[in-house]
Amino acid sequence: MSLRTPLGRVLGLGSAHEGVHHWVVQRVSAVALIVLTLWFVLSLVRLPLGDHAQVIAWMAEGIHPVLLALLVLTAAWHSKLGVQVVIEDYVHQRHAKMALLIVNTFAHVLVAATAVLAVLRVALRSFA
Amino acid sequence: MANFRLPDNSRVRRDGKVYKAPAGAKKVRTFRIYRFDPDVPGNPRLDTYEVDMASCGPMVLDALIKIKNEIDSTLTFRRSCREGICGSCAMNIDGLNTLACTKACSDISGDVAIYPLPHMPVVKDLVPDLTQFYAQYASVKPWLQTRTPAPADRERLQSKADQEKIDRPSACILCACCSTACPSYWWNSDRYLGPAALLAAYRWIIDSRDEATGERLDALEDPFKLYRCHTIMNCTEACPKDLNPAKTIAEIKKLIADRQH
Repeated sequence: MSLRTPLGRVLGLGSAHEGVHHWVVQRVSAVALIVLTLWFVLSLVRLPLGDHAQVIAWMAEGIHPVLLALLVLTAAWHSKLGVQVVIEDYVHQRHAKMALLIVNTFAHVLVAATAVLAVLRVALRSFA
Repeated sequence: MANFRLPDNSRVRRDGKVYKAPAGAKKVRTFRIYRFDPDVPGNPRLDTYEVDMASCGPMVLDALIKIKNEIDSTLTFRRSCREGICGSCAMNIDGLNTLACTKACSDISGDVAIYPLPHMPVVKDLVPDLTQFYAQYASVKPWLQTRTPAPADRERLQSKADQEKIDRPSACILCACCSTACPSYWWNSDRYLGPAALLAAYRWIIDSRDEATGERLDALEDPFKLYRCHTIMNCTEACPKDLNPAKTIAEIKKLIADRQH
């Protein structure tokens, strides 16, 4: 049993002077995702999805690869921030929490990098 | 991990004592009340009391007092003003944190279930240990801080419009209904300050006479102390004074964002 005062325990290690960046980015990325997702879904609806060649052609066309890359990057970033909050909320063992936070970051970077590579391949194929 | 089940020694036994209504009772209402006595070994239990509402006041607190006076004097709860201004009789009634003195029995359908405020250490029966809750309130320095000396011959002035900004948040009675209704507070109350303390912090942040606004925001800017709030809004739902702690927490977040750009 600790003999530390209740106020001492509540004050703990003090304020991290951080958190506002996470909060702002989560909201701004949400707004960006609304726009990008709307564009993506509306485009998919108009595409003949059974035709592989047409979809590839659409992906490589004009600004489309840029928007697709932005969509996966923004989604991965937004998701990374969200999952981080869940881990911080529910995992309280220090080492398990640190390990999960690192795995969370790596997993999202991996997904984002792979998706961007896929978009690039399709986009650059037309130049080859 | 967060605790999703009560620890073994806190599980509530359903096989408590049953106190039947006296013969000739006209309007019988059943109250199921959480009982725990630290001096008696064993788990907490639910006792059942049948109360004749024909000879009882309308509020849940009236029924509790009647039970204590006439049926079972060992029932333990806090109460003082019996008019919703002291915050002593906060408890979980019919699944919602509220004040027993302002909750009418007629607003509840079926049996009346009464538990202490959720996820707090229980001292006895319906009395929770609020030590940490009060320490969290103290940690936001709930008093006026200034560098300008007070005028020699008068009080510190405040416009009527500025006064109105603190009218509502000042009406908090620290009953703890909001904080103990918040899942974020349940899982992380060792680091998250909770809606009541943050509402109190906001009351001083927007006080036009206070000169420590920046220091107050500095102290709150923390992933756990403030940003554990995920706008679940159980706090606002529970508040027996109709205050809106969730909105004031959002306002604090906006103020901290404002000084970034």
